Amino acid sequence: MSIYAIFNNLPALLVVVPLLLSPITALIPIGRLAWVVALFGSGVSVIVAILLCSLTASGIRITYFMGNWPPPWGIEFVVDSATSLTVMAMTTLAFLATLFADRALSAEIAAKDVGKAYSAWLLACGGLYGLVMTADAFNLFVFLEISALASVILIALGAGRDRRALIAAYNYLVIGAVGATFYVIGVGFIYAVTGSLNMADLADRIPDVEARSIVFIGFGFMVVGMLVKAAVFPVHIWLPAAYSYAPSAVSTLLAAIATKAAIYVLARIVFTIFGGVPEVTALALEWVVVPLSIAGIFVGTIMAIYERDLKKMLAFSSIAQIGYITLGIGIATSAGIAAGFIHIGNHALIKGGLFMAVGGIFLATGSRVSVMSMTGIGRKMPLTATAFLICGFSLIGLPLTAGFISKLYLVRALLDNDNLVIVGLVLASSALSVMYLWKIVEVMWVRPAPVDALEINERPALYIPLWIIAIANIWLGLDASWLVGAAEAAAASLLGAGG
Amino acid sequence: MMNEVPLAVILAENWNYLVVITLMMSGLFIVISRFNLVKKLVGLSIFQTSVFLFYISVGKVAGGTAPIITGDPDTLYSNPLPHVLILTAIVVGVATTALGLALVLRIHAAFGSIEEDEVLAMKAEDGLPRVRRILEQQGDRLGDRQGQAVVEGEAEK
Repeated sequence: MSIYAIFNNLPALLVVVPLLLSPITALIPIGRLAWVVALFGSGVSVIVAILLCSLTASGIRITYFMGNWPPPWGIEFVVDSATSLTVMAMTTLAFLATLFADRALSAEIAAKDVGKAYSAWLLACGGLYGLVMTADAFNLFVFLEISALASVILIALGAGRDRRALIAAYNYLVIGAVGATFYVIGVGFIYAVTGSLNMADLADRIPDVEARSIVFIGFGFMVVGMLVKAAVFPVHIWLPAAYSYAPSAVSTLLAAIATKAAIYVLARIVFTIFGGVPEVTALALEWVVVPLSIAGIFVGTIMAIYERDLKKMLAFSSIAQIGYITLGIGIATSAGIAAGFIHIGNHALIKGGLFMAVGGIFLATGSRVSVMSMTGIGRKMPLTATAFLICGFSLIGLPLTAGFISKLYLVRALLDNDNLVIVGLVLASSALSVMYLWKIVEVMWVRPAPVDALEINERPALYIPLWIIAIANIWLGLDASWLVGAAEAAAASLLGAGG
Repeated sequence: MMNEVPLAVILAENWNYLVVITLMMSGLFIVISRFNLVKKLVGLSIFQTSVFLFYISVGKVAGGTAPIITGDPDTLYSNPLPHVLILTAIVVGVATTALGLALVLRIHAAFGSIEEDEVLAMKAEDGLPRVRRILEQQGDRLGDRQGQAVVEGEAEK
């Protein structure tokens, strides 16, 4: 055993560490200790992700054969620049969410369940990392279900405070399982005509398949399955309830990383597996993904304007933001995909920060946070409210924030394609998103606090991860060169892999 | 060549795929149309089982035997890979059903019903008292913007 052994096994470590720690945390009766173990697990993941990122930055494409079985027989893990960027964003946000979870989870769920909650937490993280790295179409389904079932458990934990969490969890379970089964049907069709499950091998074999209609059917089933998991309009209905009734820490984790992994897999399916048959994918992108993304942007934004419950409002805005990401990926130029990947990272930061701030306010006031209950919060909890404001500006896409970089590159990619109508729609939707955020800013800062309002103490444990996110939002708005460079490399490797 | 074979014969020779399609569609229909939460899970299981059958049908080689080495080089084997994949998928399906049933138990304990329409009606009522209280209090001080904010702040608690 040497340092090389660790380096050679980096991709496996990222999945194995959380999955191994998961049963251990389930046995720990003390909530705080379980949190330490979970924090250790997510910390190790961040370090592994940084190492992977630095390796892929030098142009290396890391492949790892599970159990030393070479592909196409064995399961292969591939980490290229697209993977490492996604993994980097996911692990960092998962680590910050874990930091936040210390106080948040123990305040919202029964003490005896805290250890088990961290067990499901680590399972969800490990499953999502595996989902992103695996290069085996069927193994992907297994990771998809590991993360989905763990997320269902986490969402259902919100039932201690609000019984509606149970229905949200049940609906997510059923809709998610139908989506995953659609994906498996698609894989079955593709396996029937190619006899392979390895993504690179599939990419080689699919162009030679004569039965194009079967390829098309398989592609359709796989894409629909992933659209359900990514909560793209109109198969997003599980998302708002799931995010808003889950415990605050869980909302933060899921909003930041869960749908991102599914969107990444969608990009992998379209550009890696089916990269050799653009006539199949172009049709789906142009007539399904792009129109649905635009519809999702508007539906999400408008629903958010009319929503009074803050967590639900943020969840609806997530649907709009997911629309921006899939729109970038849907236009399928290298600039568009880069814009999509930039927003995968930025939206994880923005939404993670917003849900964390709302979680903080919820913990301080002790009731569900609606727009009206935020009256005067700006003066009572200045640190939390300012961080919320920064992330909110980033969500709208004001200059000097990370969100502006996302919008800038998305609009630029659309202009390259001469999609002037879509550019107009994107800008109009940004203007609409000002409406729901301004409403919150007004009650937070302009209106005075109710006379009999409770005294509120802000807790450092809550605002440290929150402010790390807020500062990252500004920093990435000022100097986005690293993120943009990584996203462009990601787009190049996605488009290059399929030929 | 294919065109000369009547459709009925093709269907009869591939009857297992007809079973797959029937099960798949009935399973999905049950998931969508039933209000009973347990029946929804039954539908989900049928839907997933149809996919298992689909994989097994794909893996069958005509005239092939079970993929256990016999020592005879002329033996024709069925493709073992889909069987292994489906073994994994069955485990996933069992876990999904178990978690779903556990959730239904908790829903029954919390709402006293497992009929989706009744549960949803109760769920909608959970959000109502707050709104009703706000509306009643707003009636007293309509037009007073400052007072309205105070009242709504109180109603939240």
